[in-house]
Amino acid sequence: MNKMSKRFPMRLNIRNGHVDMTHGSGGRAMAQLIEELFVKHFDNELLRQGNDQALFSGSGKRLVMSTDGHVVSPLFFPGGDIGSLSVHGTINDVAMSGAKPLYLTAGFILEEGFALADLDKIAESMAKAAKTAGVPIITGDTKVVEKGKCDGVFITTTGLGEVPDGLDISGSNAKPGDAIIVSGFMGDHGVAIMSSRENLQFETQIVSDSAALHGLIKDMVEAVPQINCLRDPTRGGLATTLNEIAQQSSVGMKLFEDDIPVRKEVSAACELLGLDVLYVANEGKLIAICPAEYADLLLQTMHKHELGKHAAKIGSVLEDDMGFITMETGFGGNRIVDWLAGEQLPRIC
Amino acid sequence: MKYVDEFRQKDLAHKLSDEIKKQVDPSRTYNIMEFCGGHTHAIFRYGVQDLMPDNVNFVHGPGCPVCVLPIPRIDNAIELAENPDIILCTYGDMMRVPASKKKSLIKAKALGADIRMVYSTQDALQLARDHPHKQIVFFAIGFETTTPPTAVAIHQAQAEDLDNFTVFCNHVITPAAIQHILNSPEVRELGSVSIDAFLGPSHVSSIIGSQPYHYFAEEFQKPVVITGFEPLDVMQATLMLIEQINEGRFEVENQYKRVVTKEGNLKAQSLVSNVFEMRRKFEWRGLGDVPYSALAIREKYAKFDAEKRFTITKSTGRDVKGCECPSILRGVKIPTDCKLFGTVCTPENPQGSCMVSSEGSCAAYWSYGRFRLDKPKSLKKKKVTEKSAA
Repeated sequence: MNKMSKRFPMRLNIRNGHVDMTHGSGGRAMAQLIEELFVKHFDNELLRQGNDQALFSGSGKRLVMSTDGHVVSPLFFPGGDIGSLSVHGTINDVAMSGAKPLYLTAGFILEEGFALADLDKIAESMAKAAKTAGVPIITGDTKVVEKGKCDGVFITTTGLGEVPDGLDISGSNAKPGDAIIVSGFMGDHGVAIMSSRENLQFETQIVSDSAALHGLIKDMVEAVPQINCLRDPTRGGLATTLNEIAQQSSVGMKLFEDDIPVRKEVSAACELLGLDVLYVANEGKLIAICPAEYADLLLQTMHKHELGKHAAKIGSVLEDDMGFITMETGFGGNRIVDWLAGEQLPRIC
Repeated sequence: MKYVDEFRQKDLAHKLSDEIKKQVDPSRTYNIMEFCGGHTHAIFRYGVQDLMPDNVNFVHGPGCPVCVLPIPRIDNAIELAENPDIILCTYGDMMRVPASKKKSLIKAKALGADIRMVYSTQDALQLARDHPHKQIVFFAIGFETTTPPTAVAIHQAQAEDLDNFTVFCNHVITPAAIQHILNSPEVRELGSVSIDAFLGPSHVSSIIGSQPYHYFAEEFQKPVVITGFEPLDVMQATLMLIEQINEGRFEVENQYKRVVTKEGNLKAQSLVSNVFEMRRKFEWRGLGDVPYSALAIREKYAKFDAEKRFTITKSTGRDVKGCECPSILRGVKIPTDCKLFGTVCTPENPQGSCMVSSEGSCAAYWSYGRFRLDKPKSLKKKKVTEKSAA
């Protein structure tokens, strides 16, 4: 074994270390925190599935559960707010197993002094998002902390869903030869958030892509039940999510930069801010990996749905137990697409 | 994207690549140092090296502002930040640079120091206006490009009579550093680093112009082509350098005419000289003390100088043992020569500054995967040990 195949070269310093912002950025630092601290204590068979949701059986059904905390800043942004985001985020995590989301729960941590009018707006937005998605919020919890102990409102949602028979979708199922497909333009959410940050305001028409994807996924799995992986490229963006899958499935990937759909305005904003769009967050997009022979059918199906009409094949899965992802650049050279190191954007979802 | 896509066209890249392959003399190698981290980043991000013939090598220079700051200066910044009266403002990349005693600004922040990531000096000024009872210290780093905005901020602070705004000044000068590299024994006497030519800085030159490079092009007989940060800029400039080398010329040429003039930005220069003066010497990571290579705030603006307003302990912090950042910054070694590279030193746990900034050589090697093609030496060594053990 050579040194590059070790996942984390240095162990987490639990005795003397402290949580810093990189532990929440969705990159390798967070993966290490989860693996060496949380998994160490919680380890069980279901957790070891290592997906954004856990699949288990109950009452003879295949069920999935997922939970997601939302701490976005600012609370209201072009194209959404923390309320709609907290509904979409968890519905998507449940649906990425191919499941039909059934119910949601919501936990609120509120800061003393937070305006009730804003809280009302957020609750209204959550209710609307849940109603549109057809997934009711059926129970919840409310806590208040002293001023300064949180930033306005933090929301944690949990979702339950049921997986139709015949599906086997997991981050560990990518196979050499499979096609890699994304459902649309990359980076909209992250750029929309950046544009509304207090110290960074710039004028843009870009709005967050925050959306519930279970409708699109239903059409996809009906047309192509052979889909191997589904995952939403949220924090850490496309690059980090693909690296997670490559790691979980012990495969490599080859991408083509020219085939990755990115809006002109988003590339321009990334250019201006010095960001790499591959690492910018999305909240209404998915990555689908399926056997190459089904790629065209899957793309045709996606193109018929409003949330998949800009879907594109961006590359293929290769045999490589080191989990490297390479990309032919638009310029004609090659580069490695690594995990996000550190953080590109603080608190984006 | 207008004004960007034009400089990233694949067909033009291939044409230039063919032309370079035609021009190179197969019996020799061409070692071209790109001074700026911006060029290093472009070369890796767009895969420019793939389009070059095997005998054209890019040697990565010290032009990454985050990388060249020595550990004692970062220790000083942390000490300032730990003062409960102070809010320290810094550019994002500085946050993770390792200081001595395994500290860094991001770790100091996690332990309670008030450190704010800012995007410009204007953000720092605004913080000073918003927090009249706090001292706002702007951690100023960077080459000639970032110096004028700091000068503007000091002028503004004076005009507004802001007495809670100071600058911890670490601005450095490019030509002095290039000259220092060329004067170093490795290049001049021992010949262990062979640098045939330079890709000259782009943004820096927009301020200082092309004039300052003439001296060392002539003195050291090395061609310089000032070029932009787009990949086609880099390729065209490389072709121009190869032509100069082949013809035995050593001139300063300007490929980046759309931005850089001979004289540079005179208004910015006069602003800078109004606020700053040369330090007699300044320590660079990797280069040691370099004479007349950095700026200090002039006496008339002393009230905005954090080094004069606050007590700062002299730090003797040194690089982590085994870290090769100093040699890498001089172009003497490449990242894979370092035994810490990829073992204990990764972007998540950087031991040296070159692994932090996206402009640093080690981070570029790691993130864009060049090292996987370069057959890291430490890997080779390991194989030998395994064999001998067997």
